Amino acid sequence: MADFLLPAAFEEYSDARKAGFLKVKAAKEQGRKVAGCFCSFTPLEILDAAGLLTVSLCGMSPETIPAAETELPRNLCPLIKSSYGFYLTDKCPYTYFADVIVGETTCDGKKKMYELLGRGKNTYVLHLPQGRDVPYAREMWTEELRRFVRYLEETFSVQITDEKLREAIKQRNALRAARCRLMELLREDDLPISGTELYTFLDGIGFNFDIDDAIAKTLALADDLSAQKSQKVTPGGKRVLVTGCPIGGVFQKVVGAVERAGGNVVCFENCSGIKPSRCMVDEQAADPIQAIADAYLDIGCAVMTPDSKRFETLPALMKEFRADGVLDVALQACHTYLIEGRSIRDICKEQGVPYMALETDYATADAGQIDTRIAAFMETLGE
Amino acid sequence: MKYAIGIDIGSTCAKAAVLDENKTVVFRLVQPTGWSSVDTAESLRKALCVAGFDPADHPVVATGYGRIAVPYAKKAITEITCHARGACRLFGLEDLTVIDIGGQDTKIIAVKDGLVQDFLMNDKCSAGTGRFLEVMANTLALRPGELCDLARLGGNTSISSMCTVFAESEVISLIGRGEKRENIAFAVVDSVVQKVVSQAGKLAEATGAVCLTGGLCQCDYVREALEKALGRTVTTCADGRFAGAVGAALSGLKL
Ligand code: SF4
Ligand code: SF4
Repeated sequence: MADFLLPAAFEEYSDARKAGFLKVKAAKEQGRKVAGCFCSFTPLEILDAAGLLTVSLCGMSPETIPAAETELPRNLCPLIKSSYGFYLTDKCPYTYFADVIVGETTCDGKKKMYELLGRGKNTYVLHLPQGRDVPYAREMWTEELRRFVRYLEETFSVQITDEKLREAIKQRNALRAARCRLMELLREDDLPISGTELYTFLDGIGFNFDIDDAIAKTLALADDLSAQKSQKVTPGGKRVLVTGCPIGGVFQKVVGAVERAGGNVVCFENCSGIKPSRCMVDEQAADPIQAIADAYLDIGCAVMTPDSKRFETLPALMKEFRADGVLDVALQACHTYLIEGRSIRDICKEQGVPYMALETDYATADAGQIDTRIAAFMETLGE
Repeated sequence: MKYAIGIDIGSTCAKAAVLDENKTVVFRLVQPTGWSSVDTAESLRKALCVAGFDPADHPVVATGYGRIAVPYAKKAITEITCHARGACRLFGLEDLTVIDIGGQDTKIIAVKDGLVQDFLMNDKCSAGTGRFLEVMANTLALRPGELCDLARLGGNTSISSMCTVFAESEVISLIGRGEKRENIAFAVVDSVVQKVVSQAGKLAEATGAVCLTGGLCQCDYVREALEKALGRTVTTCADGRFAGAVGAALSGLKL
């Protein structure tokens, strides 16, 4: 059995963090390899088929930002800074123990951060097309995935067979379907779960290495909740759809403020919510890699130009979840989402649904102001 | 006669307004906010009692950033909604754009048929706020009102930094270079105005008459400069700084 060393400062870590380290260490001692991912575009089925454990490395805490700012510009998205800071400080068990970090050419900040990460960690960057509408985008992305398959096969001495891929596709589809089922409970008038509770659950389950267990737990919760009313939800509160950047690091500030103002978040049109979960991979396709490429290319993210998928999905989601208002949350200095906000605003206007944009970071300095802005927005939606 | 009290605890000043059932302002009061919103709320309470409007006897609505620190308020409503309501009342309009240059934030609110359509508040930084002007006035050894009056006489100078800290060093270096005080004052007001105008541009619904409220609405030069930069008439009124408190009191009348 190989010996895996813990970081030097391990003893100073909190219990939760220690537990995280020990969990990954145990998996590694059993011979498992770990892939750290950053984005919804990461083709998880391929990593599953290669036998790697996958885990998100997106930094959601302000804790490591000062460390990151010793190397990165300050005026940068907090998600990128936080993630890089976790790498620099060895405080994230998953980054620390990752055998490979998988990135994509999404936004400029991440692309360049991967270059720096690559100096200390084994990092592989998938070249994502800049849009899904150009005719060769699909072909290019499929080729990229094939190149990735070859890389994994060589690096980890494994064979990624079509059979293994099909199995992984089935399993991931089942997880996506379970997540969707849970999220769709919030279409109801009487919400069985609050936005905060839903988000917290989905976020936590993402760190479950056992995918079948994650599916079972998600379905069990959905079963439990059907035909229930949550105590934590304001009855008849205005229904808010949250769109934009990943919000793990600003969640309390934003979703908490909506709920404090008597509203309910009913849909998360972002990477922690419905966005990646509705991209099902064709299980019958003759070429599984092609099928994976097709499904992932269909994720509506602002790094795409034009982001036609998001523009199509958003009005449909607003109707499906009967949104009274749309809150567009962008992380500070995230150019792609901040600029795209202009188009999102127009879409909401066309739909006659009030819209508000927020730009914020992981610091708490603007919490009071965000509270006021959200409360004012809720007041404009009516009592 | 029924009365209602509106309390607006802003970052620099706390305002109280009392309305009678005809929606007429019968009493107004302004105090510096000081360190503690709770203490400020208490001192307003005492002053209201002395004036014969004991908050215990009338519905009270609180607004402003200290709105949750008013224990005797029946309800807290954000300053956006209150400013919009108050401005409609004070200016006698239903469709208007409210520009409120406050101590630490500037709000632009588009109102149609008396309802908030859209609004913007400046981000974390104090560019384009009363605070920015105050800091620069201090550097020039002037009072904010004096700075505004002087600005009218100046011209041809600009400050490029939006950040208060950097802008202050710019002002200091302008002083060092022997730039005339009125020109520097002009540049300071111009900076605030430009920031407000660029924010207003982001608000597509900002139509209707432009009404200026908040502490700076008494500086006529600020109003004029805004008018010039926006290319639209900007009006203000004597009770402009009480817009938030008046709006809160209006909501109180409905309680
Ligand atoms: S928002 Fe876009 S770039 Fe960010 S994680 Fe999601 S898909 Fe990836
Ligand atoms: S939030 Fe924006 S800037 Fe940050 S990583 Fe995602 S796309 Fe890039």
